[in-house]
Amino acid sequence: MSDQSTPTDTTPPPSRLRRALDSDLWYAFRRSPVAMVSTVVALLLILSALFAPLVATTNPFDPSSLNLLNGFTPPGEANAFTGETFLLGTDDQGRDVFSTILYGMRISLFVGFAAVLFAVVLGIILGLLAGYFGGWMDSIIMRAADVQLTFPSILVAMLIFGIAKGVTPIEYRDQVAIWVLILAIGLSDWVQFARVVRGATLVEKSKDYVAAARLIGRKPFAIMLRHILPNILSPVLVIATISLALAIIAEATLSFLGVGAPPTQPSLGTLIRIGQGFLFSGEWWILFFPACTLLGLALSVNLLGDWLRDALNPRLK
Amino acid sequence: MTTPVLSIRNLTVEIPTRHGLFKPVQNVSYDIRPGEIRGVVGESGAGKSMTGNAIIGLLDEPAHISQGEIWLNGKRIDGLDADQKRRIRGAEIGMIFQDPLTSLNPLFTVGEQLVETIQLHLEVNAAEAKERALALLERVSIPNPPERFNQYPHQFSGGMRQRVVIALALCSEPSVIVADEPTTALDVSIQAQVLDLIKELAAERQVGVILITHDMGVIADTTDEVTVMYSGEVVESGPTDQILSAPTHPYTKSLISAVPRPQKKLHRFPQVSYGGRQTTFKIEDLARNWDKSTASRNGTLLEVQNLTKRFIERGSILPSRRKYFTAVDQVSFDIKDGEVFGLVGESGSGKSTVAKMIGTLHEVDGGKVIFDGEEVTAMQAEGIARYRKQIQMIFQDPFSSLNPRMKVAQIVAEPLVHHKLLPPDQVGARVAELLDRVGLTKGAGQKYPHEFSGGQRQRISIARALATQPRFLICDEPTSALDVSIQAQILNILKDLQEHLGLTMLFISHDLPVVRQMCDRVGVMKNGQLVEVQDTETLFASPQHAYSAQLLDLMPRLTQLSD
Repeated sequence: MSDQSTPTDTTPPPSRLRRALDSDLWYAFRRSPVAMVSTVVALLLILSALFAPLVATTNPFDPSSLNLLNGFTPPGEANAFTGETFLLGTDDQGRDVFSTILYGMRISLFVGFAAVLFAVVLGIILGLLAGYFGGWMDSIIMRAADVQLTFPSILVAMLIFGIAKGVTPIEYRDQVAIWVLILAIGLSDWVQFARVVRGATLVEKSKDYVAAARLIGRKPFAIMLRHILPNILSPVLVIATISLALAIIAEATLSFLGVGAPPTQPSLGTLIRIGQGFLFSGEWWILFFPACTLLGLALSVNLLGDWLRDALNPRLK
Repeated sequence: MTTPVLSIRNLTVEIPTRHGLFKPVQNVSYDIRPGEIRGVVGESGAGKSMTGNAIIGLLDEPAHISQGEIWLNGKRIDGLDADQKRRIRGAEIGMIFQDPLTSLNPLFTVGEQLVETIQLHLEVNAAEAKERALALLERVSIPNPPERFNQYPHQFSGGMRQRVVIALALCSEPSVIVADEPTTALDVSIQAQVLDLIKELAAERQVGVILITHDMGVIADTTDEVTVMYSGEVVESGPTDQILSAPTHPYTKSLISAVPRPQKKLHRFPQVSYGGRQTTFKIEDLARNWDKSTASRNGTLLEVQNLTKRFIERGSILPSRRKYFTAVDQVSFDIKDGEVFGLVGESGSGKSTVAKMIGTLHEVDGGKVIFDGEEVTAMQAEGIARYRKQIQMIFQDPFSSLNPRMKVAQIVAEPLVHHKLLPPDQVGARVAELLDRVGLTKGAGQKYPHEFSGGQRQRISIARALATQPRFLICDEPTSALDVSIQAQILNILKDLQEHLGLTMLFISHDLPVVRQMCDRVGVMKNGQLVEVQDTETLFASPQHAYSAQLLDLMPRLTQLSD
């Protein structure tokens, strides 16, 4: 082909929005019903959690707004004593289930996002170091990763949680519980990021633009952050999306087992744990609605991650 | 004249994309007669391979033949279903692809693959098939066929593998062979042998061969007829000698004029103007800005003494158990100020490793690099930083040498910013000037590398390399990934820069005609050793070392080419 310049030379470069709307990813998105439905569901859930104080009818954790007489009101029915109705019913203490779900989702999402962010940052740093420097640094980091992979990650998280709980003074335990949860899930999840980043770094490192940067005299850390990192982010993004769903489930599992979010700050998992005690005595809604929310959240995020992986991999098209 | 075995009539291939209908092949017609080799030549994207794939029925979805006919031995084959196409492919049409490594299955021995193919297409029993396979291996000049029969593809060298692929293509006694860039991945000496083999076999077995290539040298040496393609269409077709010596279409003329001539040295390469916009650039302005204070000295700028590089072949904690492969062995040469020094050799000869050691991208295992009287190999970090400011490198692959996530302006600005050569407010202006100098337009800086063609990317690389006003430029096969017309433009830019800015260059290439046009002196490398260093003219006139003579001998002569 000829080496002529494109005719758009004199026109200003397209805006970011225009570029995004023209991109293949947006095109693929518009053609995938699964991706669009998942996005709508996930956004709806995330936004309603974010704006919980505006959406929720009551603040379920404000003791002054609670009335024990409202306990065990079935969804949509009027309470026998107070005559109040609740969309999704109430739990044993008279808390509105709809409101507890919204507030619980806030905790679940916060823990999920923060844990994934922690795992991504840790995984990228260790993966870049292992891939770029190789040698003994690579051996140590990747063997540590291998060892950790031999344990189920929920077990690792429980171990970390248990240790953290043991070293924290009892009066602070409830306050730090959320942060310990983030640390535990994040630490159990960094390995897959480190592996992917290491592999991608090995590929990028051998390309000539890295040699050009070395020739200019850039330091290794500048090359890693400025040159290699932007080029390996797309696989990381895909795994992060899928990891988010897994982290939300992991948080729910830990909370369900009673080692996660404390009852004063219940997450979806805590709500499910509370609800399961009432399942067989007829108050099914206390368990059912939080469980459905968790399912919807995890499923939509997971499907979105799956779609993103396929859309970014031209070979699967 | 004999009747053609294969006829293509008005073939058009369409690919529907979200940006509209794309026609990579339009109205292409040609014939192949038994025993004839038809070359199909053109630059990348011209539709040569797509035509070949259409013939063998290997178009990838959603590409399809929208119009035209393909006739093979009197049968029309373009409308056949997938199953019938599969039966014809291999049986009546053989295929040879560019990369011999991927066309053989690494899990089966060469013999198994040959026997399987023979039994698939011919009614013979296992013993006969083996006999035929051995005869074929013998015919394609594989030494000691009975032993080689039981070996795996990885035990063969590149050239030997390509011979096996040819044997595979011949298994079913096809009437036509489609060879798509069959020698592009091979070294010159092996390329010549493989082409000779194809030529012999075509004549001996009366097979029609379609030879798809971008290399005019291959066309000139091998083919009987040639079809020149440009953006999906045939622009000219006819006997090779006639087309090469008296091309009529302007594109063919421009294509031929851009081929570097091995016989004589030209001052500039003729610019190919067909299709592309003529890009002019103003070197003189750049020269005015150039810091000449350091470039005015005479004498030796760079000296390399006994340079050695060993790579670990088998690692071990115990140094005594490690095995090394010596990639560069005691290489010594010097480059004078303002000179272009060429380094030639086949792949694996260590020429790129030498360049990387000079560029401080590889550690040196032995010997010295001396730049401007100072020993680089003994320098501390501060000295290395000073040295790196004065040298720059242009890489072979323009697709991997630019960071895809950075804008072009950022790429060119990086050395300026890193070395703090200019106050931050002047960087933008200098970048615009540099891009302008290499013939890129104003908007270029705000775009990303993927929006540019290979030639344009190589210009961006040059702009980046010039940003620090280096005294010494290392060019590692700067044009071998480019089409011939773009090669001419890039070489012209490098030549002009060298003359006007007094740059000293180390120019690495496997392409002897290019080296002849570019270099003042040439070093010939073989297996990590420097076998000969000569003035370019002397080397081309009377090579001293046997290996240099052999390399020169294999160079395509292109005597038929019009000037």
